[in-house]
Amino acid sequence: MAEFSELPLTYRLMMKAYRWRTISPTPWASMRMPVAQSRVALVTSAGLYRPGVDRDFGSREGEDVTVRLLPSDTDVTTLAIGQTSNSFDRGAIEHDRNLALPLDRLRSLLVTREIGSIAPHHVSFNGSIIAPGRFVRDIAPQVADVLRADQVDAVLFVPV
Amino acid sequence: MCTQSVGLLAAEVERAGIPTACIALIRSVAETLRAPRMLSVPFQFGHPLGAPHDSEGQLRVLRSLLALLLERGPGPILRDYAP
Repeated sequence: MAEFSELPLTYRLMMKAYRWRTISPTPWASMRMPVAQSRVALVTSAGLYRPGVDRDFGSREGEDVTVRLLPSDTDVTTLAIGQTSNSFDRGAIEHDRNLALPLDRLRSLLVTREIGSIAPHHVSFNGSIIAPGRFVRDIAPQVADVLRADQVDAVLFVPV
Repeated sequence: MCTQSVGLLAAEVERAGIPTACIALIRSVAETLRAPRMLSVPFQFGHPLGAPHDSEGQLRVLRSLLALLLERGPGPILRDYAP
């Protein structure tokens, strides 16, 4: 398990003083069909984007809380990493983008018929958001709209 | 911070009627956050699905996330990943 003690000192001090958020009440949506028939989308907080196609995420932590939509036919090896935090092992994701956006693994689960289909778009954002108010208020509803328009049945979230 | 960010986004997606399941890298953050469904994994920051290029290991984590989707509510549900 990840521990705060892994982090650089500045991050450890910030995490100690940080007011961690609580969702209340916790919302709940039930699956409407078996997973093997469901359309599944991925969300990554690694800030992955397509160089030359998508705008990057800037260089300041928490500055850009917008999302990038990655088509389902994306070759994950071509994605750039826009996460601005130094608090995670970037080298692992540089070696294997599937750690953050397991699109190739989702394709395997489709082949073995463990999921019904892969959503046409997946969502990427820079998860290093210290003040999440604007992200929750303005960006999250946009993400929900995209997922509904894509008729997604379930979403898997991968932080880094 | 990413564990909190994905959980907050998942809650809004869930409010829109779409079931979600999140990986949690820090269990204490997940306990405080109370997102609908979270899977606490025994991996370090930057390794949410385990080791690079370990496709079988990564698939096991994804299957555990998919299994979380089938648990009955109400949430929050926080489970520990057991390979």
